Parts: sequence; C-alpha cells; structure tokens
Amino acid sequence: MHKKPTYKPFGNASILIEWQAIISEEILNDIILFKEKIQKEKSIVIADFIIGYNSLTLKYTNELSNYSDEIESLKSIYKQDFKLQKTEKFLWEIPVCYDLEFGIDLKEISEKSNLTIKEIIKLHSEKIYTVFFIGFLPGFLYLGGLDSKIHFDRKPNPRLKVAKGALAIGGKQTGVYPEASAGGWNIIGRTPIHFFNIKNENPCFAKAGDKIKFKPISLEEFYQTEKEIAENNYIISKTLRND
Amino acid sequence: MIRVLKAGFYTSIQDRGRVGFAQNGVPVSGVMDSYPADVANSILNNSLEDALLEITFGGCRLEFLIETIICVSGGDFSATINNKPIQLNSRIKINKKDVLSFGKINFGARCYLAVKDGFLTKKVLGSRSFYQNITNQIIIKKGDVLPITTFKGCLETSNSAIKIKETHFKSEEIYCYKGPEFELLKDHQKEQLLENTFTISNDNNRMGIRLNELIKNDIPSILTSAVLPGTVQLTPSGKLIVLMRDCQVTGGYPRVLQLTGNGY
Repeated sequence: MHKKPTYKPFGNASILIEWQAIISEEILNDIILFKEKIQKEKSIVIADFIIGYNSLTLKYTNELSNYSDEIESLKSIYKQDFKLQKTEKFLWEIPVCYDLEFGIDLKEISEKSNLTIKEIIKLHSEKIYTVFFIGFLPGFLYLGGLDSKIHFDRKPNPRLKVAKGALAIGGKQTGVYPEASAGGWNIIGRTPIHFFNIKNENPCFAKAGDKIKFKPISLEEFYQTEKEIAENNYIISKTLRND
Repeated sequence: MIRVLKAGFYTSIQDRGRVGFAQNGVPVSGVMDSYPADVANSILNNSLEDALLEITFGGCRLEFLIETIICVSGGDFSATINNKPIQLNSRIKINKKDVLSFGKINFGARCYLAVKDGFLTKKVLGSRSFYQNITNQIIIKKGDVLPITTFKGCLETSNSAIKIKETHFKSEEIYCYKGPEFELLKDHQKEQLLENTFTISNDNNRMGIRLNELIKNDIPSILTSAVLPGTVQLTPSGKLIVLMRDCQVTGGYPRVLQLTGNGY
C-alpha cells in the first residue's frame, strides 16, 4: 500500500503534493481521487491542477499567506471518506500505421533488439496503456505500460522535426506527438488522430486515468481515416471502463 | 486598427495568459513582465486582463489607422510618434496615420504597448496570448493589421508620468523561494546558487532562459512533475534553466528554486 502524500509550498501561490516516487496505477488513482475531492471543496481558489506521475500541483488564484493552514485543510480533505460521483474512464482505440514509411526507427530497433518488426508491432499494439497525465506539449499523453522488451533509449541527438501524429518510444515510455516538434524519441508509426484540437470544447479527448489501445492499420486505411477526420466524419472508438 | 510597418525582433500579443488548461498540457503564456504591462493598462483605465503588444528589443514600427490613446511602458527603446520622442508611462493621444517607432535601446528587454480597451485579436482558451498551435499566429509580421477599437474620448490633459520603480529594471537581485528539490543540494551547491552572480546566455526566449555559469551536480532526474513559470531547473550537465511564461507544464529536471509569481 502506498504511503500518504506529503505537502510542499511551491513558490508563493502553489502547493506541491507528492506521493512515493514510483510509477504506479494505485498512486495515479489516489491522485485523481484527491484531485476530485479538492476540486469539489476548493474550485473557487484553485486556478489550475497539474498531475505528474507521483504528484499533484495546485495553483491558487492568489498568493498564499498561510501555507500551514492551507496544508492542514488539504490533509483533512484527503481523509474525507465521502462517496464521489464516479468519474467515467474510457478506453480509447487509436488507429496507428506502423508502415516503415512512418515507422522510421523500426528497422534500427529491430536490429538492436533482436526482435522482428512484426514482433515489435505486436508487442506495442497488444498492450493497454494508462494515461498518467498530459504534459510536454498540449495534448501529449504520458502513457504507462510499455512492454519491457521494447524499452529503447532516446536518440543521442533529438530530431529537429518529428511529424504530427508520430508514435514513439522513449525509454520506458511510449506516446504520440500531438503536433510537429523537435523530439528525441524513436519513431515507430503514425496516427491520423488529432490529440489536441482547440476547436473542441475539451481540446484533448483523453484525461489522466483513461486507457489507450493502439490498433494497427494499413497505409490505405491511414489515408482513408485522415480524410474522414478532415471531413469531420470520424469518431474515435471508445469504451466505458470502470475498473 | 493598427498596421504593422515593421515587425521588429519579436513582437507578440499577450495578456495574463491561459488559466485552467494545464491538465491538457497547455502552457500559461502571457506577458513576460507583468509589472509594466499592468502599469500601461492602468494608466489607460483598461482592465488588467486587456491584451497588449509585447515588444522585444524594439525595432518595430506601427501605423495607427484610427484614433485612440496609448501608453508605452517597460523597457526604454526611444519610442517616438511621427519622429517626436514620447514619454513612457503616460497617456498619449493618437490620431489617424500617426506612426509609432522604436529606436535605440536604453534599458530593458521588453516594452508594452497598451491601447484603449486592449488588442482585440481572437481569444482562444480564454486568452489572446500568442502561442504555437493554439493561436493562428505566433509573432506579428509586417503588413498585419491588428484589431483595436476607435476611442475619441478626450484626454484629461496632464503631462505627469507615473513614478516607476526603476529597481524593477536595474536590480541585479531576484527574490526566490526554495524549489521542491532545493534540499537535495549539498551546502556548497546551495551557497553557489544563492551567492554567485549568474549571466543570461544567448539561449533565451519566452519559454526559458539558460544561464551561463554551471553548478556541478549529481542529483538524479525526478519523475516528471509540475513546473511553473519562474521554476529554476538544474540539468545533469550543471546548467540552470529559468522557465518563463511559455514553459511546458511538466518537466523532469530537479527544481532548485522558484522565483516569485505564479504564472498568472
């Protein structure tokens, strides 16, 4: 069982709440539950929440004059036992084309790991990943659950431009670049799905605690899906999960 | 409306930034220097939320297509209207076809142009602050026409200017708090961090400022966690990075200091 969180002032208007420094879903669930409780009690004074693997940062709307009182109040909220409305968690199915045209680092990973490209794709697409939080870029999901056989170090020199939608492996993590950017992760495919769209009321469809599964598609299917998305005719497949 | 005759080095529209979208990975953005920005808006009786033009190192030239009043505050880049010098931190009446230009840099890195009722570019996620892939534009370009409203109200004539805290621009000391990982530093590293003078490297922008002087360290990276504008990170190579308004919402380097300000 995880230890209780600890509290630290972070500048003059934020509080950092930290759990044990491990990546675990149990901790993630505790962070999300605590966040929901705080949101219910303090939504007026908190401007922003930032979730990390083992942390929750509260950004207050105003300077905090008395940190110890605020921390005491948070501690008592943590202990509260009231039943929260269950937040709906979804499993999102993301189509990914692992064709070598997009998966530009697949060959190198295959050579260095003694796995065939087929095996790499199978290992990557069979797993169900957990969304821990969103950071780095708007809509960049930090996913947990990558098979240890395909853990693969970041490139020594980051590429200046990684394409939007690039699916990548960086060490023990995997994720999708939501926009074209510089990046040091190994590229293994591409998805036509937009992970961040400011036109939507909720710009990123997924949230911390949701699950992601990647579904391999062919090049033809990639371009077909890309077209459907551009024409607003594509709905990402999702299943409600409450486990 | 204002027509951009010359864009300058880095000119963008900024307000107090985006609040409430950190969970989607959206940076705060907003004015890099909130003190002169607030002064400029206050002098025009604007709301402090109104958007301004943030002008880095001057170099820009703007033609007003309508009547309004303006205020320029912050760094002194020898601002002129129709080639006549203007006073910083004061209300200035603008007529159609007036041209505001910036010249020699006297002090500061950024100045702010406030116009009556603010710049009216589109609000995206609650803010007009330019940011890549969120707003259509990242910087102002030559030929752009920036939306502002006409203001014909009379100017209460007063040549007085507000007294500005000069130390804000000239002080070499910055107040800070201990960062979440400060206590992991050894005593001599803490001393180095707090006693030494650091210089800004060429590698600096709205996202962050790298400092030249190194602090040798062997603190391991942390599990990715929140960073804020004003967070000072210590990288494995010993370089310090001071995160600024466009910084990402999470990071993995130890956070050794936190400057004042919460990013909004």
